[in-house]
Amino acid sequence: MATNALSAVDHPGAKRPFLRVALPYLLSLPALLVCIGIIIPFFTAIYYSLQRYNLAFPQMRGFIWFQNYVDFFSDPAFWNTIRVSLLYTIFTVGIELALGLGIAMLLRRRTLLNDVMSLLLIMPLMIAPAIAALMWKLMTNPNFGILSYLASLIGLEDFRWASSPSTALLTVVLVDVWVYTPFMMILLLAGLRALPKQPFEAAELDGVPWSFVFFRITLPMLTPYIITATLFRMLESIQQFDIIYAMTQGGPGDTLMVFQVQSYLERFQYTNVGRSAALLMVLWVITFVMSNIFIKHWLKLREQARGVG
Amino acid sequence: MQRETTRSRIVKGVLLALVGLFFLFPIFWVFLMSFQTNQDILRMPPSLVFTPTLDNYVALISGRLETNAGTLEIKFMGNLLNSFILAASSVILSLILAIPAAYAFARYKFRLGEDIAFTILSFRFAPPLLVLVPLLSYFQMIGLVNTYIGLIWVYQLITLPLILWITRGYFEDISEDIEHAHRIDGHGWLKTFLKIAVPLALPGIAAAALLAFIFAWNNFVFALILASADKQPVTVGALAFVTASGIQYGQIAAALILSIIPTLIFAIAAQRYLVEGLSLGAVKG
Repeated sequence: MATNALSAVDHPGAKRPFLRVALPYLLSLPALLVCIGIIIPFFTAIYYSLQRYNLAFPQMRGFIWFQNYVDFFSDPAFWNTIRVSLLYTIFTVGIELALGLGIAMLLRRRTLLNDVMSLLLIMPLMIAPAIAALMWKLMTNPNFGILSYLASLIGLEDFRWASSPSTALLTVVLVDVWVYTPFMMILLLAGLRALPKQPFEAAELDGVPWSFVFFRITLPMLTPYIITATLFRMLESIQQFDIIYAMTQGGPGDTLMVFQVQSYLERFQYTNVGRSAALLMVLWVITFVMSNIFIKHWLKLREQARGVG
Repeated sequence: MQRETTRSRIVKGVLLALVGLFFLFPIFWVFLMSFQTNQDILRMPPSLVFTPTLDNYVALISGRLETNAGTLEIKFMGNLLNSFILAASSVILSLILAIPAAYAFARYKFRLGEDIAFTILSFRFAPPLLVLVPLLSYFQMIGLVNTYIGLIWVYQLITLPLILWITRGYFEDISEDIEHAHRIDGHGWLKTFLKIAVPLALPGIAAAALLAFIFAWNNFVFALILASADKQPVTVGALAFVTASGIQYGQIAAALILSIIPTLIFAIAAQRYLVEGLSLGAVKG
């Protein structure tokens, strides 16, 4: 449709058809070229992942096909990474969804107070996750941290937060929830406010109880938004690096060795390039599948939003 | 809607207060710490009553930190400057590259067009380390490690898809008739693009630029791998500073506050477009 309309207008000056056909390509080429420079390393990463390649033993370097991947199956560290990454993703996204939906419901009506509130609540999202982790590190310091103090008030003497294996996951999940719940909140709030009013007005006239309205009307109508936001957050959460690295560098021990932290240490501490690349390829396959599902849902929602708006 | 009962209003009020406390208290508390001496910070129980001091900020800005072990040189201001250089240059480069591309994707349904647009989008979702580790070897070969140019190039991974997809939506919203009218008047394609399309999309472009700036500013892992101390932005610099300064908690708090203030200001400036930008235009806010 767009091309038809354009060619109709272009008729008087249609002397240079080549340029007209090539124009869109020429316009998008620079952006693509800049990105291609960054695709090449991706293929290099695949190549690395098929090699025995440790910077400490250069003479041992060699092509070993899928041996790095095969080794993963019998490697407890790999299964630990899978377990921690999944737990981290499930906890963070689950809590953020519940909390974000709850807050969005509270702020649903457009009042001045609610608008100011939603603006204020976005602030943590605008803080660099690495910096947010350091802020929480200050607050959970065993000597003076306000949260350590509060924990001692409710009888949790010597609560070690991120430095104890039993509470480290809880602590980084808490920071992630602090940073990213606002994301869920504003997306679901936008979704709630875009819903048609009639079903709710009808339900109110009939005096339908609150819980019925929520579970039978609000939730089903909000589902496309929930799915899109949840997929997007899962995609980011399974790749989390900044918060965990800034807080504990993956420790204590191997408690917080999620994919990217593990492969970072594999590469820069143990100089094992091949293994690190193979681990990242496993993560890439997961995120590739997830991002395709996400993009499908996102496009549908985008069409919808553009249609309504 | 329903007239709320007093009880449900109170419950809502209490819940909102709790929510506000959880999300705002950390910023408030670290902000207070940044005006405290180490003695105030270490005092137990923590107290809201203290004599505020600017010493922490003075030490950071002058770059000299007085400790028991002597004077410590700190370059945190250099990190702040690096963040500004990296974020601003990355956004400017992305604007130059992405606006024409976004216009092309919005106006011309050309073969490969969607494919290219999605390829660029997919960069946003790939694990950054996957690309960064091999890229480090290449950068070492061609001398781009620890350079602004190298970093700005890699930062395009964040800023370019964001700007491209947001501005694309704004271009799609502009009625083609306006552009056609201008072209029938005898103006060329380039003139129409610059005089009609870009100005009409300007609010969206500005919002996309602000958001891209925030995301670039907040990035951590790119510079962690590709830069050393003198080119590092605040995110990496702050972590190094925490390790180096040891127990200078007041200065750490001040450094954290200095590194979050620019993005918070930008966020308030771009607040109307936050939803659109964060969701890549999936939801009309």
